[in-house]
Amino acid sequence: MAKTRIPAIDGWFSTDEAAPTLLGARCTACGTYAFPPGGTFCPNPACEGTDLALVPLSRRGRIWSYTDARYAPPPPYVAGDPYVPFSLAAVELEAERMVVLGQLVGGVTVDDVAVGDAVELVVDRLYEDDEHEYLVWKWRPVGGEGRSAR
Amino acid sequence: MHPWGKWGRSFVEYGVAAARAALADAGLDWRDVDYVAGADTIRNGYPGFVAGATFAQALGWTGARISSSYAACASGAAALSNARAQILAGLCDVALVVGADTTPKGFFAPVGGERRDDPDWLRFHLLGATNPTYFALYARRRMDRYGATDEDFAEVKVKNARHGLANPYARYRKEVTIEEVLASPMVADPLRLLEICATSDGGAAVVLSSVDFARRHLAGPGAAAGRPLVTVAAVATVSPAYPNTVIEMPNFATDSAAVVPASPVGPFRASIAAAAYEEAGVGPEDVSLAEVYDLSSALELDWYEDIGLCAEGEAEKLLRDGTTTLGGRVPVNPSGGLSCFGEAIPAQAIAQVCESVWQLRGEAEGRQVDGARVAVTANQGLFGHGSSVVLTR
Repeated sequence: MAKTRIPAIDGWFSTDEAAPTLLGARCTACGTYAFPPGGTFCPNPACEGTDLALVPLSRRGRIWSYTDARYAPPPPYVAGDPYVPFSLAAVELEAERMVVLGQLVGGVTVDDVAVGDAVELVVDRLYEDDEHEYLVWKWRPVGGEGRSAR
Repeated sequence: MHPWGKWGRSFVEYGVAAARAALADAGLDWRDVDYVAGADTIRNGYPGFVAGATFAQALGWTGARISSSYAACASGAAALSNARAQILAGLCDVALVVGADTTPKGFFAPVGGERRDDPDWLRFHLLGATNPTYFALYARRRMDRYGATDEDFAEVKVKNARHGLANPYARYRKEVTIEEVLASPMVADPLRLLEICATSDGGAAVVLSSVDFARRHLAGPGAAAGRPLVTVAAVATVSPAYPNTVIEMPNFATDSAAVVPASPVGPFRASIAAAAYEEAGVGPEDVSLAEVYDLSSALELDWYEDIGLCAEGEAEKLLRDGTTTLGGRVPVNPSGGLSCFGEAIPAQAIAQVCESVWQLRGEAEGRQVDGARVAVTANQGLFGHGSSVVLTR
């Protein structure tokens, strides 16, 4: 029987299979963005806004920097057995002018990416138990778009 | 100081040992202390949260006023800042600043329990993002932007290992070669095991007094008579100014620069030392030595720029030409740094001050910077904490 797929955290990303997005907060008063959502106050010190709208963030961005995890992170990370190393990327979103950290999809190593590479957001398995697959956002390299000037 | 290591005893023992050593060095009795500023540890239960009280009780209650500070890796500097403010306000003459920690082995993990409202817990759970993850992001960025190499990063480790050889408080006192560093296991590409600071047990303390008290005391007959006067010229414990556009532990994202394009004080790390220099009325050109927070080998190079020793992108040149090595123009981490100590969080920023004081007094045996007059420390921790202390002779 197929396991139920549920987000590992509620409200941080949409699970639209075709075009998932991160969900950020956007202040309705000044327009500034924040991630993760869920805050009460606009982070802009010049703004007293408290009405933060939940908005989808850009699905695509460019790699600001990247690394990997050769050893299993400690709990509460749920590491598989045997542990399979994964890579991470900090990704610059152009419209929001912010950098968001995420794992790169499985199988992408640090040799496959470079600063400036285009990536897009996907929703993928983080870990599973007997009944559920727990989902999280990850970055997937977008082939053919080349590297930005940097 | 109490030597750094993995001793497995209570943090209180290290803190008291360090406090007694600092008092002996100052030629003062514990009962002379008006104010105790403790730097907290969050991995040792309630006594760790009220470190000032814990150390005061262990030394024997005297009625001294107490405070306990938590500011992540900058906790020691926050305690120092509290004590200094009390003295500058004229509320006390002699303060004791103490920080100590007992740490678990391996990666720092978040405090236990399922805490879905804590970003520190969530970054481990959702991303597997350890502290070295963030250090590695900065390191890779240096390679990409400035052409730093694996060998440059390894050279920082080689330098600091050599600096720490004669330091009796350092945990690791062993020379390493570039080849050994590069042969150590990759942990978070491009950082290898020998390039990432360990977690350590340790304790550090300083006695701080008003300048008037110090002048009288140093002129007097006690154990400290004739010692040079070392002054704390600045303690900067500034926080970031929005937007902070560098991704930092334990965050998932940077601030957005969409509405406010740039921080009025520039990048956070650079703003910390800038504030200290301004308060002290000195500049990076006056600095004889620096103790910076080398959580990784590569991060030390970022600090060269952030404390103004060189322009952005020029740190590798400073390293390669020997400027930051003992014997060079401005040695960095003459103590051996976190590379030789490992991190004992609440003690570390205080340890940077201890080393600076010994250097300025000319007492740093086996690692002395000739003619040291001005020392600067720099440190950064989670949740917008950082510190820089300027000391002068």
